Amino acid sequence: MSKTKTEAARLTGSEIIWATLEGEGVREVFGYPGGAILPAYDALRKFPIRHILVRHEQGAAHMADGYARASGKVGVAIATSGPGATNLVTGLATAMMDSIPMVCITGQVSSKVLGSDAFQEIDITGITLPITKHNYLVTRAEDIAPVLREAFLIAQSGRPGPVLVDITKDAQQSIAAFDFAAAAAKPHRPHPMLSAESAAVLQAAELIRSAKRPVILAGHGIIQSGARNQVITLAERMQIPVTPTLLGLGGFPASHPLSIGMMGMHGEEWVNNAIQEADLLIACGMRFDDRVTGTLATYALNAKKIHIEIDPAEINKNVKVDVALIGDLAEVLEALLPHLAPVGESAWVREVNSMKGECAVRDIINLPDNGHLYAAHVINDLWHATDGKSIVVTDVGQHQMWEAQYYKHDEPRSLVTSGGLGTMGFALPAAIGAKVACPEKEVWVIAGDGGFQMTAAELSTIAQENLDINIAVINNGYLGMVRQWQEFFYDKNYESSPILSPDFVKLADAHGIPGATVRTRAEVDAAVKTARGRKGPFLINFLVEKEDSVYPMIPGGSALHEMIRRPDNPLIETASDS
Amino acid sequence: MLHSFVALVEDKPGVLTRVASLFRRLNINIVSLTVGRSEKVGVSRMTIVAESTPTAGHRIMASLYKLENVLQVDDVGQLACVSRELALIKVAATTQTRSHIFELVEVFRARIVDLAPESLMIEITGVQSKIEGLIQVLQESGDTILEVSRTGRMVMRRGQHTSRVLDAMRIPGVEQIIVEDAGIEPDSRESATLMAEEAGLQ
Repeated sequence: MSKTKTEAARLTGSEIIWATLEGEGVREVFGYPGGAILPAYDALRKFPIRHILVRHEQGAAHMADGYARASGKVGVAIATSGPGATNLVTGLATAMMDSIPMVCITGQVSSKVLGSDAFQEIDITGITLPITKHNYLVTRAEDIAPVLREAFLIAQSGRPGPVLVDITKDAQQSIAAFDFAAAAAKPHRPHPMLSAESAAVLQAAELIRSAKRPVILAGHGIIQSGARNQVITLAERMQIPVTPTLLGLGGFPASHPLSIGMMGMHGEEWVNNAIQEADLLIACGMRFDDRVTGTLATYALNAKKIHIEIDPAEINKNVKVDVALIGDLAEVLEALLPHLAPVGESAWVREVNSMKGECAVRDIINLPDNGHLYAAHVINDLWHATDGKSIVVTDVGQHQMWEAQYYKHDEPRSLVTSGGLGTMGFALPAAIGAKVACPEKEVWVIAGDGGFQMTAAELSTIAQENLDINIAVINNGYLGMVRQWQEFFYDKNYESSPILSPDFVKLADAHGIPGATVRTRAEVDAAVKTARGRKGPFLINFLVEKEDSVYPMIPGGSALHEMIRRPDNPLIETASDS
Repeated sequence: MLHSFVALVEDKPGVLTRVASLFRRLNINIVSLTVGRSEKVGVSRMTIVAESTPTAGHRIMASLYKLENVLQVDDVGQLACVSRELALIKVAATTQTRSHIFELVEVFRARIVDLAPESLMIEITGVQSKIEGLIQVLQESGDTILEVSRTGRMVMRRGQHTSRVLDAMRIPGVEQIIVEDAGIEPDSRESATLMAEEAGLQ
């Protein structure tokens, strides 16, 4: 269908759905058919759009999410009414918490029976109201194109987020004029603009110039805004150490000399101490989540705070700031940078680096092979083997934190992980989305044995689409992070955290996906090499140390500097647990 | 403290739910909520009065502005503004007991809008305390109040201004756009304010 026809074509609502998606540049969608969305599926064959059939609608939402995170484009998921729609909920909430641009289209019963408890009728716009950036119920074919176009605009503009469009079956079946250009959405929101001479910019520049111990907090906004170069310029020009949040990993290159590593609950000790000792925090596109601040009562008390953020609702939400620069991060930094003259070598940077102390000695990565297989080693070896160039999609839990610590991300969008909502089961479907978005890139799933089983049905999707995705299951026989909390805070009462798993290699084999089990560190490289050398999917079941813990750790409610440090000799302590 | 939020919202289904849901999420009770058409076609104006901490005001305002259907929002609780509420009060009154109510209505500059053998209805406009004053005096003089219907507070800031959310975002010119759209010259609006002030209507 051509979108540039001068006179409006008359199409069915179903055709309008696909024609509008095509016009918005959508080439792939993730979905699952069913009664109320069948008219749309019936029209799909007329359009150059690839449909990936998922095994559960939650998977469709995570795939659209992973697609968006890996590519920066809007991910699209399709589901039918009722259970199809409710199965999207966790995926929508995940995307909402992490500000991911996504459009979900759901079928709905005919407008004539709305509210009658018809078969598979559910008030999905009501259900998803707090977990979408915006949502719509469309009952007329002529509204489909303008609403979908507005949905795409809203999903991507300002602080991105998921948008749900619920379309009744009769709207899909009736006929309306379709004019893609005429259906364009008007930006109904003014774009925040800071002039380089505005008082807030001048004030921020003065704070930066006079700071002796500044730290840049590098959030997800760097990636979303594409502000990587501006942040690098700011850091280099003013010699400011940079620490990313979990979702900020890759936004600023990990290998950059000014990158000091991730902050927060499982951040390195010197990083959190640097924040506590800083006299200025420059928060770039982040939201002072409780996982990065520890208790707010003692958070960075010596520091002035500059908060650069596109969402005004984030200003002073958790941490009271001295200067708020509301706007697109790249644009704000462009306004700010001309006021900053380069400084020479910084004593503060040297001091932060010297704060590492004996941390490196305690670091598990520096332990010689003692016959035990540590997840940290697996992930670090994977980083070496892939030259740090793979897209890594993690699940949630211990392995996620080890990934954040031991896979060094230099490129934006190379880590796909559920941050805010912490959604177990995210990795496998999100990786499918990432691979579909970036077929030329290597994609690795890193998942725990618990989370992997939550959405393992999507192995079948990988097999059907023959996607070249490598899967590393970090298998310790426990819900590892739950076990760790039970160890630290619940007297080692391992209630309901030991978990039995199927033989993952056999499970993969049942899907026609080859795999290998790895028990020792010596086998890691060979298995990774096999996986990388093959076209098509491969699963490695890493049987790792059962009762290993993620260090360092700030217990919930503690101050940022009150960390549980790595054991003096992890070699003895972890060995005694096994 | 009592916050008064003024929100300009799109006149579409579900917008009220979105706004109300935001207060529900924060477990904040809405004291009063008035909705009606604004000066602009397709735009409704809401005045939401809610009890919350002083610091929560900014947060609620910013969260309201996050809603896609909300075009502008301001917390005018602490600002110079005109605040009015309309109430209909039905009082039990016979021909024998009416006359003192007529006097009270006169003092409060209210109006009798319905008169029946057993009851009468009073319409009163004013600030909250004035309406509560009339209700109290009626009760103290032994009259039985049968029904009270109040609109809740509606508020308008004095003079010309822009929303403080938009100020914080440093978005210039929004106010002007809206004024032009409404077909009102900024000057005439200003002079109308002055005229009202001179007439002692505020």
